[in-house]
Amino acid sequence: MPNTSATIAGVHFKNPIVMASGTFGFGKEYGKLYDVSLLGGISGKGLTLHAKAGNPGVRVYETASGMLNSVGLENPGIEAFLAKELPYWETLDTARIVNLGGNTLPDYVQGAELIQRDADQRALAGKPAVDMIELNISCPNVKEGGIAFGVKTPAAQEVVRAVRAATKLPLAVKLSPNAEDIAEMAEMCEAEGADAVSLINTISGMKIDVRRRSSVFNNLYAGLSGPAIKPVALRMVHQVAHRVSIPVIGMGGITSATDIIEFIMAGATVIQVGTYNFMNLRAGSSLVEELQQFMHDENISSLDEIRGIV
Amino acid sequence: MATVISNERLVNGVYHLRVEGDYGGTMGQFYMLRAWGAYPLLSRPLSIHQVNDDGVEFLYHVVGEGTEIFAELTPGDQIQLEGPFGNGFPAVEGKVALIGGGIGIAPLYYCAKELQGSDIYLGFSREAFRTEAFRPLAAELTVDVGGLILDRVDFTSYDHIFVCGPHPMLKAAQLKGIAAETTGKRPKVYLSLENRMACGIGACLVCSVSCRDGQRKACADGPVFLAEEVLFHD
Repeated sequence: MPNTSATIAGVHFKNPIVMASGTFGFGKEYGKLYDVSLLGGISGKGLTLHAKAGNPGVRVYETASGMLNSVGLENPGIEAFLAKELPYWETLDTARIVNLGGNTLPDYVQGAELIQRDADQRALAGKPAVDMIELNISCPNVKEGGIAFGVKTPAAQEVVRAVRAATKLPLAVKLSPNAEDIAEMAEMCEAEGADAVSLINTISGMKIDVRRRSSVFNNLYAGLSGPAIKPVALRMVHQVAHRVSIPVIGMGGITSATDIIEFIMAGATVIQVGTYNFMNLRAGSSLVEELQQFMHDENISSLDEIRGIV
Repeated sequence: MATVISNERLVNGVYHLRVEGDYGGTMGQFYMLRAWGAYPLLSRPLSIHQVNDDGVEFLYHVVGEGTEIFAELTPGDQIQLEGPFGNGFPAVEGKVALIGGGIGIAPLYYCAKELQGSDIYLGFSREAFRTEAFRPLAAELTVDVGGLILDRVDFTSYDHIFVCGPHPMLKAAQLKGIAAETTGKRPKVYLSLENRMACGIGACLVCSVSCRDGQRKACADGPVFLAEEVLFHD
C-alpha cells in the first residue's frame, strides 16, 4: 500500500484528504453515508464566537463548472459546537480542525481562547480534542470581518498575531485569493508563527438576474468555488509553496485523484475537498480509494516523492 | 446507478419519471438525483411521488438545466439517486385535507395512498395533470384550473392539512390556518417547502429556513414544517 500520510505541526494525517470547511458540516451528515474516519481530516463549518443566522435570500447559484455561495457563515457559535458537536468528533479517527471566523479582532481572540481552554480541559481528562485551528480571515460573504481582514497584509497580520498569542494549538491560516498579494500574505503568516497556510478560499464573484435586473444575491457578490477555480488555486498554491517553508494546505475545485496529485506536485502537504462533496456525497471515500489506486498504478510509494516536484 | 423504467411527458414541461430498484422512503421525503457527470454541479432534489415494489416515482417540472436533462431520459437510461432524505409529513389520524398547487402535487400522491379517504384539492395555473390518479384515493377530489385552490378549502373542517405548492400559496395556507383559530377549530397545517439545495443532507446550509426557534434546514429538518413554525419574510 502506498504511503499517503502527512504531518503538519505534529498533527498526523493518514492521507492528504481533508474535507473543507463549509461543505462538510461537522461530519455527522456524511457519517451516515460512509465511515468518515477514512479521511485524513475534517475542517468543520466555520465558527464564530456567537451563533450567526447567515445571509437571507438566495444562497447558492450554479455557474459553468462552479457554484457561487452566499451562506454568510451560518453557524451555532463556538460554545454550542464544543458542547454538541465535539463529542461526535471524539469518536472519529481523523484530524479534527476547527475553522475559526470572526467579525472583530476581539471575537477572533475570544474564540481561540475558548477552543484552547476546551482543549486544555480535554487533555487533562485524557480525551481527544481539537487538533488544529484554521483561522478564516477570508470569507467573502460576511459584511464585517471575514475578508476585510484577508485582503490587506497589515490587517491580516494583526489578527494572526493576536490569535497566535491566544492559542498553543497548531494554527493554519486560510488565505483568500482576493488578497492583494497572496504570497506576501503567506510569508507574513509564517513570520507570525502560523504552522501552515491553507488556500484558496472562494473567489469573489457575481450573478445577475437579467429579468429582475439585479444580483441574485442580497449581498451582491458571492464566493465562487468548484472545478472552475482549480487552475487559479493550483497556481496560487504553487506560488505560495515556493515562498514559505511552512506546510501548505491546498484546495480549490478538487474532484479526482489526479487533481490531488497536481496540488501535491505544486507543493501542498495535504489538500481539502469542498464543492465536490455536493457533486458526490461519497466524495471522501471515493477519493481515498482512487488516490491509493492512482499511486499504485504510477508506482508512487509515498507522497513525499512527488511533493513540490513541479 | 439506477435504471429509468419510463419518463412520460404529462403536459407541457411536466414529466412523470419511474426508476427501477428497491427504494424506500416515507411521504414527503425526497431523493437527490443526477443523470449527468460533473456538470451541472449539483444534484436535483425531487420529492417522492410514489414508492412501489419495482421502484420509485417522481413528478418534475422542467425549470432549468438539470430538469432539461431529466426530460431527455428514456427507458433503460441510467440515473443516480441518493436518499431518501428529509423529514416528511407525519402519520396522522382524523380528517385530512391534501392541498397541492402545480408541481406541488408531487409528494401528495404518496400521502393520498397512505392516508386513503382524505379530501384532496389540486390547483393548477394552466393545465391539470395526474388528477385522475388521485381520484380513487380521495373521499372528495376538487380540481381547480386558473383560480386559487385555497379558496375552495374550509380550513375549519379538518384536523390536519398538508400543503405543497408555490411560495405564495404556502404563505397563504399559513394565514388561513391561523385564521381558522378564531372560529375555535384550528387544524394542524403542514407545509412542504421547496428550496435551493446543494448537498441535501444538512451540511451546506444553503437551504436554510427562518423559523420561530431559529434557522432550520429545509433538507434535514424539513422539507415539511408545521406552518406556524415558519417565518415568511416577504
